[in-house]
Amino acid sequence: MTDVLVVAELLEGGMRRSTLSAVNFAKQVAEGTGGSFDILAIGEGAENAASQLSGFGARKIFTAEVEGGYVAEKYAPTVAEVAKSGDYGVVTATATTYGKDLAPRVAARLEAGVASDIASVAVDGGKIVYRRPMYAGNVFGYCTVETPIQVVTVRQTEFEAAAESGGSSDTESVSIAEDGAAARVEFVSLESQKSERPELTEAEIVVSGGRALKSAENFKSVLEPLVDTLGAAMGASRAAADAGYVPNDLQVGQTGKVVAPKLYLAIGISGAIQHLAGMKGSKVIVAINKDKEAPIASVADYFLVGDLFQVVPELTSEIQKAKG
Amino acid sequence: MKILVPVKRVADPDNANKVKVSPDGQRVTSDGLEWKLNPFDEYAVEAALRINENGASGEKLGEVVVVSLGPDDVQTTLRQPLAMGADRGVQIKATDDQLDSSVVAKALKALVDAEKPDLVLMGKQAVDGDSNTAGQMLAELLGWPMATFAMAIEADASGKTLTVGREVDTGVLTLKVTLPAVVTVDLRIVSPAAVKNGKTPDTHKYNEGARYASLKGIMAAKKKPIDVKSLADLGVTSAPVVKYSKFELPPARSGQVKYVESVQELVTKLRTEAKVL
Repeated sequence: MTDVLVVAELLEGGMRRSTLSAVNFAKQVAEGTGGSFDILAIGEGAENAASQLSGFGARKIFTAEVEGGYVAEKYAPTVAEVAKSGDYGVVTATATTYGKDLAPRVAARLEAGVASDIASVAVDGGKIVYRRPMYAGNVFGYCTVETPIQVVTVRQTEFEAAAESGGSSDTESVSIAEDGAAARVEFVSLESQKSERPELTEAEIVVSGGRALKSAENFKSVLEPLVDTLGAAMGASRAAADAGYVPNDLQVGQTGKVVAPKLYLAIGISGAIQHLAGMKGSKVIVAINKDKEAPIASVADYFLVGDLFQVVPELTSEIQKAKG
Repeated sequence: MKILVPVKRVADPDNANKVKVSPDGQRVTSDGLEWKLNPFDEYAVEAALRINENGASGEKLGEVVVVSLGPDDVQTTLRQPLAMGADRGVQIKATDDQLDSSVVAKALKALVDAEKPDLVLMGKQAVDGDSNTAGQMLAELLGWPMATFAMAIEADASGKTLTVGREVDTGVLTLKVTLPAVVTVDLRIVSPAAVKNGKTPDTHKYNEGARYASLKGIMAAKKKPIDVKSLADLGVTSAPVVKYSKFELPPARSGQVKYVESVQELVTKLRTEAKVL
């Protein structure tokens, strides 16, 4: 029997939807071992996040209201205290930049080992076995964590968002634990790119452009109409982000975001392995490229060889027509 | 400022598509692949050098110490940052199966206690294990503040604080940390104006990317000292806690790529065959 503690991620005074991937993981482990799971909502808007998470089957939801922006040094001691207060075998968060920042710090505090960015979990003879991508997704490793308490971050594209199961969880507010390091770090700002489009890691369709688009203006005039016609999220290769055509946070790849939509359109992207690492989990991949030998062909389902400046506007109007 | 940069050797990531799994699934084989400095660690070396120099004049302002854990061939890995301009190296002798991020964090903590750097600067992750945990664990063991995924670092003129822009999912999160601290770097830390130190004139722009070692630097690196310590010297006796039982290649994608002739054909296929439109 293993009880799991899920650390919720908060954004703008509520739960960030990515949290539900870690909830799904916690349900799988709890079911597999006959245990339960609890959630800790920590941050600004913890009460609100707790009410949003109430119908997902948690035995209990802890709330810790923290004023101001996120800094790991303020959060980690509190997460560790809550983790020690129960009989938890696993502490988990989603492998967003938040989870990747916070979880290892919590682990060191708990003298726990970490399995990061896991893609699946199995309970085998009482042991929890994690499967995780390594070498930019070119190998999967199966591992166990041999400490009394384990810390795990969960890859959002591999664990679907948990569904509401009804009922409501009890809540309990917990106090914030202090740490010396917190006095030496100050949150200054979070500058975010606001967009009306779906979030890259959550969209059902992603349209990504590469350096072949040649300019920021072309991203706007050529790619955006297709993105919006499809109701898609816009992504980019590292080369396009580095060239300044789009903001960095649209980058898909090993160093950027990992996406796994139903449909991924790679436009003018040759397909460096670092880019493939971020998108090859997509269900259907379409490549539009001049070079039919480009490495993107190794993962694409459909490949249209052609000049994107001609093909993309044509595709946009074809889809508009099809939609009627 | 004294900066410690932990670096790891990895199988050349540009050859990562050739990383294979042994037939029994027990290990990842990197036979025939070249060892290379983990690219994120290379960016950390570059960032450390930029913090510790006047970029316009090349004048050195502080010391950069590089450390690597592993068997004797990591000394080759250490020569690269030394050739780029780091001052000296430390090898912590270990076999690869003695190491995981928790052991690495403990060993680095012991080294930090001995060396007392103002800053530990390292890559956000190694591109082999892709774990992204050692820096965070080290910061916690030290009780130091940290800034992960750094894409911009500005050191104040006194060298007491760093303002760090962190590349996060929702944008750029800026933190101000009082040293000593741990900073892990992301790719964009090597863009031309990403690192500022109060000594280099604001107008100075670095070349994109990490610097190449000059021939002079390579010759000089041969004479730079590499101190060798064992895990036992550092008082680290613990074994890895994350244990791998099996490796496998990712499932192959369902089919071969289908070349389509026209936009109409593509749209039709996406609607009727793939059913995603």
